[in-house]
Amino acid sequence: MELYRLTAHEAYEKLKKREVSARELAQSVIKHIEDVEQSIGAYIHLDFDAALKQADDVDRHIDEGHEVPLLGGLPIAIKDNMCTEGIATTCASRMLADFVPPYDATVVRRLKERQAVVLGKLNMDEFAMGSSTETSAFKKTKNPWDTDRVPGGSSGGSAAAVAADEAFFTLGSDTGGSIRQPASLCGVVGMKPTYGAVSRYGLVAFASSLDQIGPLTKDVKDCAMVLNAIVGHDPYDATSVSRSYPDYTSALIDDVKGIKIGVPKEFFGQGINEEVKSAVTKAIELFKEMGADYEETSLPYTDHALSAYYLIASAEASSNLGRYDGVKYGYRAAQYDDMIDMYKKTRSEGFGSEVKRRIMLGTYALSSGYYDAYYLKALKVRTLITRDFQRAFEKYDVLVVPTSPTTAFKIGERLDNPMEMYLSDVCTVPVNIAGLPAISIPCGLDGRGLPIGLQIIGKAFDEETILRVAYAFESNTPYHNQKPSER
Amino acid sequence: MRIKPEEVDYIAALSRLVLSDQEKNMYARHLSEILEHAERLSELDTDDVEPTAHVLPLKNVFRDDQVKPSLERDILLSNAPEVENGCFKVPRIVE
Repeated sequence: MELYRLTAHEAYEKLKKREVSARELAQSVIKHIEDVEQSIGAYIHLDFDAALKQADDVDRHIDEGHEVPLLGGLPIAIKDNMCTEGIATTCASRMLADFVPPYDATVVRRLKERQAVVLGKLNMDEFAMGSSTETSAFKKTKNPWDTDRVPGGSSGGSAAAVAADEAFFTLGSDTGGSIRQPASLCGVVGMKPTYGAVSRYGLVAFASSLDQIGPLTKDVKDCAMVLNAIVGHDPYDATSVSRSYPDYTSALIDDVKGIKIGVPKEFFGQGINEEVKSAVTKAIELFKEMGADYEETSLPYTDHALSAYYLIASAEASSNLGRYDGVKYGYRAAQYDDMIDMYKKTRSEGFGSEVKRRIMLGTYALSSGYYDAYYLKALKVRTLITRDFQRAFEKYDVLVVPTSPTTAFKIGERLDNPMEMYLSDVCTVPVNIAGLPAISIPCGLDGRGLPIGLQIIGKAFDEETILRVAYAFESNTPYHNQKPSER
Repeated sequence: MRIKPEEVDYIAALSRLVLSDQEKNMYARHLSEILEHAERLSELDTDDVEPTAHVLPLKNVFRDDQVKPSLERDILLSNAPEVENGCFKVPRIVE
């Protein structure tokens, strides 16, 4: 088997046993990127020379008799909204096209400390606002399973790169589903950790009370390994939680006996594709055969989560994106009359259409006369949605639902209809609103051969149970081994 | 439509954006659709519900006030569109 096809844990084992060198791993992935990237378009920035140099450093470290840290020597990539020292971090926006951060995001620093080899930066929806990666100012990323279709979003580059074996794993960010939905559409594993488990320092802010960084990987074991590397308290992020974090790989047990699964009926209603429902229902039956108990339940406020989410996320975005004024960094318009005119022209020329839409929606929801009816109302509904989950988790260990209401849709299909695009996130946004952890894992293919994702939602800071349930499913099913290249 | 093109003008001004007539019409249509969907929140009785702005029970997060190294001025200015005498340069504000 070609090296680039290995999972991260397989590649790491080979490196540790000195069956391969870090350079050989990097060369294999680089050669493969040269073959496929033209048709996938996952990357905004690639630097093969820098990657080979990092790989050589790892090999030298091993030659000197040191043990290579877990994830060390593995070629990986980062979504382009996480700061990388000396490497442009664009958020796929004209506004930040030339922004070169003077520091690394905490997650990037943690991966570098483990000597992971950074190949480059991945395409995304502009400022992470979108569900298809089509709002990128720079390029369209294609779904490796069908290049006429979107990879999902906003971490579409992160998901497509893993699905096409263009990196051993990637990092994405998830504000309303932006890791899980593309993972679902591209047939890979994607996890949004509990809010506060992973530092957001160096992540370009979209909606600060919802944003969370997480891994996109080839299997569940890789997900646990990457999670180990990125979780933890960070004094640079006041919302990162100081507690003891476990070794997530020890949660990987192929046993779900006695696990109590709740199946909230609201996630199987109108708008959810029949093939998606059927695949998720089959997965739930399999859990029962494996010894878990399940029961239908209800999260009655789910139907209001999407509206609450778009008001809250847009309100926070309108405030966060106020910093792009053409003064300290980023784009500045070439011609203007005065200070206010400079702000207006800079922002109108620098931001794309979806970003402007969200800024205006958020500004409106926060504006005098509308604050109570929209923003405050949404925050109250947020309380109701959070209580729904709290009640459910008094009875159940995990909730199992679809990740995305449909499989990958055609490029262009939803771009001119924002409400239809927003509905792509209907199964994922409630989790962000409540700050909970959730994973998406592959659970089959639809009639067109496109991947379907299973979402497992857990209690706050109980990623271990999610990983255990996901690992047991993966150990008893073939879906994670299905590859787009074998279609 | 809930939002008229003139209202879009007002929202754009608050957002420090300028829009073409075509954009104004498009955003009027889109924002109306989105707000129509959001209107359903008003069906819920939330009179006795506290708002949640943040899921974590965080109060003020304090740390010791210690001097630590920070980035050099040149590095911090290196991404600025216009710099003069070690400062960010902006258009004249005071006549």
